[in-house]
Amino acid sequence: MQSFTIHTGTAALLERDSVDTDQIIPKQFLKRIERTGYGDFLFFDWRYDADGRPNPAFALNAPQYAGATVLIAGKNFACGSSREHAVWALRDYGFRTVLAVSFADIFVNNCVRNGLLPVVLSSAEIAELTSRARLATPLSLTVDLQRGLVSTKDGFNADFQIQPFRRMCLLEGLDEIGMTLKHESEIAAYEASRPSRISICRPELRRL
Amino acid sequence: MQSESVMPPRTLFEKIWDSHQVCPGPEDSHILYVDLHLVHEVTTPQAFEGLRLAGRKVRRPDLTVATLDHNIPTTGNRFLIEDALARTQVETLRSNCREFGIELFDLASPNQGIVHVIGPELGLTQPGMTIVCGDSHTSTHGAFGALAFGIGTSEVEHVLATQCLVQQKPKTMLVHFAGALPHGITSKDMVLALIAQIGTDGATGHIVEYAGEAIRALSMEARMTICNMSIEAGARAGMIAADQTTFDYLRDRRFAPKDRDWNQAEEYWRTLQTDSGARFDTTVEINAAQLAPFVTWGTNPGMAAPVTAAVPDPDQVADESDRNSISRALEYMGLRPRTKIEDIPVDRVFIGSCTNARLEDIRAAARVIRGYKVASRVKGMVVPGSQRVKREAESEGLDKIFIAAGFEWRESGCSMCLGMNADRLNPGERCASTSNRNLEGRQGAGGRTHLVSPAMAAAAAVAGHFVDIRQWEYKG
Repeated sequence: MQSFTIHTGTAALLERDSVDTDQIIPKQFLKRIERTGYGDFLFFDWRYDADGRPNPAFALNAPQYAGATVLIAGKNFACGSSREHAVWALRDYGFRTVLAVSFADIFVNNCVRNGLLPVVLSSAEIAELTSRARLATPLSLTVDLQRGLVSTKDGFNADFQIQPFRRMCLLEGLDEIGMTLKHESEIAAYEASRPSRISICRPELRRL
Repeated sequence: MQSESVMPPRTLFEKIWDSHQVCPGPEDSHILYVDLHLVHEVTTPQAFEGLRLAGRKVRRPDLTVATLDHNIPTTGNRFLIEDALARTQVETLRSNCREFGIELFDLASPNQGIVHVIGPELGLTQPGMTIVCGDSHTSTHGAFGALAFGIGTSEVEHVLATQCLVQQKPKTMLVHFAGALPHGITSKDMVLALIAQIGTDGATGHIVEYAGEAIRALSMEARMTICNMSIEAGARAGMIAADQTTFDYLRDRRFAPKDRDWNQAEEYWRTLQTDSGARFDTTVEINAAQLAPFVTWGTNPGMAAPVTAAVPDPDQVADESDRNSISRALEYMGLRPRTKIEDIPVDRVFIGSCTNARLEDIRAAARVIRGYKVASRVKGMVVPGSQRVKREAESEGLDKIFIAAGFEWRESGCSMCLGMNADRLNPGERCASTSNRNLEGRQGAGGRTHLVSPAMAAAAAVAGHFVDIRQWEYKG
């Protein structure tokens, strides 16, 4: 997994609350069995018209947001379905970080396992960034996970907090499975102390 | 064992959380043991591929159960999947289950069904368990006093490899339904009323425990409906402490403990109650006795109102962000402000999904339909939650009631709840649906979804518009 330490890039603005993962990546794209290649389908129903042409009314199609790597959203971003495809699509499109007033829980868990940094800012800070990002000139933002700081060259500064484990996952681009497997003896001891009732019903499937 | 008396009072969630700690994880995380991992075709191919690339095995195939539900046909020859991508995904789950030794309830199995319907049916879902699945409606299983939540595909891979998850401790919320539910009101109405009150992010970061007289009176199937939609309020999980209703449901199911194991299990399950004096981070009170049948009018499950009410007028809303959300939702839904909900016509009726496609749901809808015909403008379909639900409904003759009324009677699967298969709304079509999400395009691009209970959906099919089920004239 790609780690996240510090990133500077153009911000795009999505001025909506409670954007759900069905909008981020509609269901017809969940049939694929790969982890990559979802960027073209990001926000599909909003981004394209019925004939498959870019919808000029949709924010991400605005010229000043071309090549954006930072997404500014409202509150309750990425609620609904657990589909990790939402994170894969944002990453594949090029986003490295999403700044929002709040996020849905499962989405945040998916983000930190894919090098996408979810940054929670206050409503006032998002409002300030929103007014800057509405302008026709591209807004460049620097997001520094080490320092917990979002900043612009002209003096906007906002601190942010992220839970320590999530911060560590992102900073180190961690192999979480490899890390947990180091606790094999503890896992085995737990299993020995608390036998499964389901397992007892199906000994033919036991592999231990 | 540590004596109970020295423990501080704990919530049901905390008891399950504590008993599943394997060891501390890095930083503020915990390594949590998973008792049951449910698997379906959509969110797992990348996880199995990850195992293969790393040369890892499935640690506990005996605690892993798979089925096919999201991507399968519900009509015609259900074994023939015409969509090549869907077919590949289904075949991929089959070969992964063979390779890693996981039991798959395939299309030909009498146990096939929506993953959250078959877990409880088979007695896999038990009180006190930790249960995960790559699907947000895993919260359904919390109805048994289990800690059950949805995970992403990376976490699916982690559970396959380790039978554990690395988690941070969530907050707790008590939702207390005081009073008795009035006649004609269902647990669907309870949960829609809750989400309308606290919003789709009202429980974000929390595990919800539902309690109170109205909850205790619910059947297991009704409890599953309410826990199912916990995620629509943003909650990680929803749970209801196990009681006699739970034990009566579970006894003699295939994977439930037997004989002496049962007695021992039941004794333990009875301890899984929130202690008096235990603290919740947040508490919400709802008066169940005041509830009405709810109908969603907008594009998220929190945009809901009693059937006797009208669609809101954004001009009456002070907050700019809320006003914009309502305007956008009404535009998408093709509704004028202040339209009475009972005046909203429907084109389609969908009775199905992990929220409301169990036997009691089918019975409730059939009772409304009996002796009536579906309105000429309406196309209705019933998609049982599992093959077992379908068989049991057919043995009661319920399929004949629906077919006689003009409904289609389908095979089990997720179907038009999310429209991954061919079951979809056409652009502009308006649907009364017993499912869980009325999001833009959820049931088909441009489709308009109104979430209701099974009885309300059935009544709308007959009337051609929403009606108050409390006024319904039942025949026979």
